[in-house]
Amino acid sequence: MNRWHPRVLWQKLVQPIDPPLLAIAGALLLAAMIIIASASPERLTNQAISVVVALVVMRLIADLPPQRLMHYAPLVFAVGLLLLIAVALFGDISKGARRWLNLGIMRVQPSELMKIAMPMMLAWFFQQREAMLRLSDYAVAAVILLLPTALIVRQPDLGTAVLVLAAGGYVIFFAGLPWKIIVALAASAVAAAPLAWNVMHDYQRARILTLLDPEKDPLGKGFHIIQSTIAIGSGGILGKGWGQGTQAQLEFIPERHTDFIFAVVAEEFGMIGNLVLMTLYALLIGRGLMIAANAPTMFSRLLAGAVTMIFFTYAFVNMGMVSGILPVVGVPLPFISYGGTSLVTLFIGIGILMSIHRHRMLVQK
Amino acid sequence: MEFRNPEEHIDRFRSRLTVAGGFVLACFALLFGRFIWLQVVQHSYYQTRAEDNRISLVPIVPNRGLIVDRNGVILARNYSAYTLEVMPSRVQGDLDGVIDQLAVVIDIQAKDRKRFKKLIEESKNFESLPIRTRLTDEEVAKFIAHRYQFPGIDIKARLFRQYPFGAFAAHVLGYIGRVTDDDMEKIEDQDEEANYRGTEHFGKTGLEQHYEFDLHGVTGFEQVEVDAGGHAVRTLERTAPIAGNNLALTLDAKLQEIAENAFGDRRGALVAIEPTTGGILALVSMPNYDPNLFVDGIGSQDWDDLNTSADKPMVNRALNGAYPPGSTFKPYMALAALTYGKRKPEQVIFDPGYFNFGDHTFHDDKKGGHGMVDMYKSIVQSCDTYYYMLANDLGIDNIATFMRQFGFGQRTGIDIDGESEGVLPSQEWKKKRFHRPEQQKWYSGETISIGIGQGYNAYTPIQLAQAMATLANNGVMFRPHLVDHVTDTRSGDKTYVEPQPIRTIPLQQSHIDIIKAAMVGVNKEGTGARAFAGATYVSGGKTGTAQLYSLKGEKYAEGKLKKELRDHALFIAFAPAEAPKIAVAVLVENGGFGAQAAAPIARQVIDYYLLGKVPNAPAGEDDSEPEEERE
Repeated sequence: MNRWHPRVLWQKLVQPIDPPLLAIAGALLLAAMIIIASASPERLTNQAISVVVALVVMRLIADLPPQRLMHYAPLVFAVGLLLLIAVALFGDISKGARRWLNLGIMRVQPSELMKIAMPMMLAWFFQQREAMLRLSDYAVAAVILLLPTALIVRQPDLGTAVLVLAAGGYVIFFAGLPWKIIVALAASAVAAAPLAWNVMHDYQRARILTLLDPEKDPLGKGFHIIQSTIAIGSGGILGKGWGQGTQAQLEFIPERHTDFIFAVVAEEFGMIGNLVLMTLYALLIGRGLMIAANAPTMFSRLLAGAVTMIFFTYAFVNMGMVSGILPVVGVPLPFISYGGTSLVTLFIGIGILMSIHRHRMLVQK
Repeated sequence: MEFRNPEEHIDRFRSRLTVAGGFVLACFALLFGRFIWLQVVQHSYYQTRAEDNRISLVPIVPNRGLIVDRNGVILARNYSAYTLEVMPSRVQGDLDGVIDQLAVVIDIQAKDRKRFKKLIEESKNFESLPIRTRLTDEEVAKFIAHRYQFPGIDIKARLFRQYPFGAFAAHVLGYIGRVTDDDMEKIEDQDEEANYRGTEHFGKTGLEQHYEFDLHGVTGFEQVEVDAGGHAVRTLERTAPIAGNNLALTLDAKLQEIAENAFGDRRGALVAIEPTTGGILALVSMPNYDPNLFVDGIGSQDWDDLNTSADKPMVNRALNGAYPPGSTFKPYMALAALTYGKRKPEQVIFDPGYFNFGDHTFHDDKKGGHGMVDMYKSIVQSCDTYYYMLANDLGIDNIATFMRQFGFGQRTGIDIDGESEGVLPSQEWKKKRFHRPEQQKWYSGETISIGIGQGYNAYTPIQLAQAMATLANNGVMFRPHLVDHVTDTRSGDKTYVEPQPIRTIPLQQSHIDIIKAAMVGVNKEGTGARAFAGATYVSGGKTGTAQLYSLKGEKYAEGKLKKELRDHALFIAFAPAEAPKIAVAVLVENGGFGAQAAAPIARQVIDYYLLGKVPNAPAGEDDSEPEEERE
C-alpha cells in the first residue's frame, strides 16, 4: 500500500497507542466532561482544548522508545532543578506562594515538570547501578529525591511536594529498598512528626488541625472540608442527579471545578458514582502495574511502576482530602479536575506507559 | 545487597508490585469505608445539613397597623421603599473596605456610615443592617448589576412608618424606633420572640408604644433557597404575614389641628374629653416634634436639638407636666364645701382683700377685696379670700379625700404609657414626701393656699380635664382613652374600647347644679365672659392662673417679668351646659392670666366641636385689662 494511504496513516497514528489504557483514560475523560458540565459548564470548552493537547502530547511520548526517554532523563531533571532554583530566586508570587516562573511569553510552574522528571531521573540512576547496586546508592537516590522536594516545599506547595516525593519514593521502593530500612524510615518519620510540626507554616498546621476538627472553625479554615463532607454525605447511594447537587450548584463547595470536584461527583452521582470512578482508577492502576511487570529493562520497570503509582497517589490523596480523612493539600482529582497543566502531566505518564508497553518485546529480542 | 541475577531482580520487583497493588486496594477500601460512613450511615444527617445550607427561613415582617382618627383620617401609615442592607457576618474581608467599594456604585454619605456604625455597635452579628434607605429605582438597578461583587450585601424592600401630618398629634401617636435590648425584654415578657423575628421597629412612645402588640401583626415566613453568598435564588414556600390591627381613635383630627394651631408658638397643653365616655377628642402638648425623624434612626444633630431645646418639645406636657391648678380648683372646693355642709350657697362672707391666719396675711388679687361674696360670686369673680377661709374650715384631709375622688393626684389610666401622678397634698403625702420630722409635719397655714389651687398642688392637664369631664357628667367618671376601637385587618372585626366608668362620686345633684350654674356664670358675666362673648351655646368655665413667682406684696406686672417667670394660664370648660358633649382643660405655660391666654383657646376648640366653626388665626391674647387683677 501507498505510504500516504489513509489506512496506512491511521495505522501509523494509532500504532504506539495501547487500546486498554486509552479506553480507561477515555472513560475517565468522558466522566470529567459530564462532571465539569455540571460543576462549571462555562469551562467545558477550555477543558476540551486541554484534552486535545494532552492526547497529542500522549501520542508523541508514546512514540518515543524508552531508551530515548532514559537518554534525556538527566537533562530533563537538570533543567527542572535549575528552574526550581530560578523560581526560588526570581519567581512570581501568587496567593502567597512562589511557584511560577515568568518567561516573558508564558508563566511556567517547574514543580509540575518534576512530577515526571523525578521518577525518570531515579529510574535512570538505578539503571546505571543495576549490576552493582549498593546500599549507599539509596542514599544518593535520597539526595536526588529530597533536593527538589525541599525546594517545592519551600515555595510552599505541599500538594506537589507530596506527589514528587511519592513519585521518587515509589522508584526507590520498586528498586528494592530493603524492608528493614523502610520500617526504620517509617518509625523515624513518626518520631520526627513533632519536629516537622515545628517547621511547618501556620496554614499547614491549620490544615491538619482542621482535619482533626473541622467544626472548630466552620466559616474559616474548616469551611471547605465541612461543605465537601456535607456534599458527599447528602449524595447518599444514588446521588441527587446530574446538575441537581444543591451543595455544588449553590456554590457551597469551594473550588468545585478543581480540587474539590470529587465532592460534586459524590453529591450528584452518590456512592455509585464514587465506585465507578474508583473502578476506573483501579483498572488504570492495574493496567499500569501489568505493564510495569512486563517491562524489559530496569529503567522502564521502575518508571512504569512509579508513574502508575503516581496516578494512584493523585486519586487517593484527592479523594481522601475531599472526604475528610487526609489534610487538605492542593492535589487535583486525576483526569477529572479542570485544568490543562495537570492533565498534560497525567497524559505524559500515560504516554510513557504506552511507550514502555510497546517496546517490551523489542528489547527482549 | 546486590542483584547480580536479573531474573532474581525481576521476581523481587514483581513482589514489590504486588505489595503496591495491595496497598492500592487497601487505600481504596479505606475510602470505600469512608463513603459508607458518610453516604449510608450518616446520610440523613448530611442531607439535613445540606437542606439547612440551602434553605433559609426568611421572616416577612407584617404591615404595621394604621392609626386613624374618629373620622377615618389616616394619622400613621406605612410605605414601601428599598434599602441597601449589609450582613456583616457574610461580608468577605474588611467591612470598611467593602463599603468604600460600595460607595463607588451607590452614593453613601458620611452620615449613612455614621448611622451604620452605630447600628453595628447596637446589633447582633447576624443581623442585616441598612446602610442606605430609600434607594431610587436607578440605584436599585445599578446595585443589582454589581451585586455579584458584594457577597453579604443585598437590596431589600422594607416598610417604613410614616406620619403624614408630621409633627401633628406627635405626643398622641408617639413614634417607632429600632428594637433595643429593653424592647426585647418586653417582647420576651409577652412570649412574642418568634413573632418578632425580622421585626426591626418597636413603638417607643405614645399610642405606638401602648398598642405595640396590636399594631405589630403576625409575621409571615418564606422558605428561600439561598446560595453560599446568602443571595436568595428562589422561593420554595411562603406563609403570608397578617397585617397588624388598625387603631381607630376617639380623637378628632380637625379638632386636634385647631387646638394645636390655637397655641401658635406658645408652650402648653390641652385635653378635650367627651364626658359621657371618657373618649379623648384632642390631646395637645406644645411644642411638638416630627416623629418621622425617628423612623430611620434619628440623626445625632436632630436628637441634640430636640433634647437641648429650652422648650422641651419631647415632653408630653398633657401627661407629664404637673402644674398648680390655680383658680380652676375653686369649683371643686365649693362642691366640697356643699358636700361637707361647710357652706350654703347663699351664705355670704365679707372679703376685705386679705385673710389673716396666724401672723401671715394671704392677699386677694383684687385690691380692697370683693366685698360681700356668696358661693356664686366666689366662682364667677374668682374670689381668693372666700377659698382661704373655706380651706381653713374644711381642713387638708377633707380636701384631699374629696379631690381624690375627682382623680386629682392619680394616674388617669389613659392608653399612653408613662403618665405622671402629680401631687395631691395631704398630711399622709407630706409624711411620705419628706424625711426630716419638722418637714413631715403639716402646718395648718399650708392648707390656706391649697384652697386657691396653689401650694403643693400639682396636677397634670389630663387630670384637670378628667375632673372637668367628671363634674360635667354629674360625678360619673370614665377612664380617658384615645382608642375607640381596634380593627382586625383580616376579619374586619372591631373590638371596641368600652367606656369604663371608674366610679360615681357620691354627690347631690342639687350641689352639682349650683357649681355648674356658677361656672356658666363665669363664661357669661365673669372672668371667662370676654373669651366667650357672643357664643351661641351655653358653656361653663373657670379661669386659673398658676403662680410661679412669689410677689411678696408687690403688684404683678407682666411686662416687667421675664417670660419664664410669668404665671401659667389655665382654663377649664364644658359645653353645652345642659348636656355637656365636651370638657376641656387648657394650660398655657407662662401665659399670664388664664382669662387672657387660655380661655380663647378653649373657645376655638368648643366652637369647632359644637358648631363646626373653623378659626382663621391662632387664639388671640385678650390684651385688655381684665376685670380682676389676679385670679
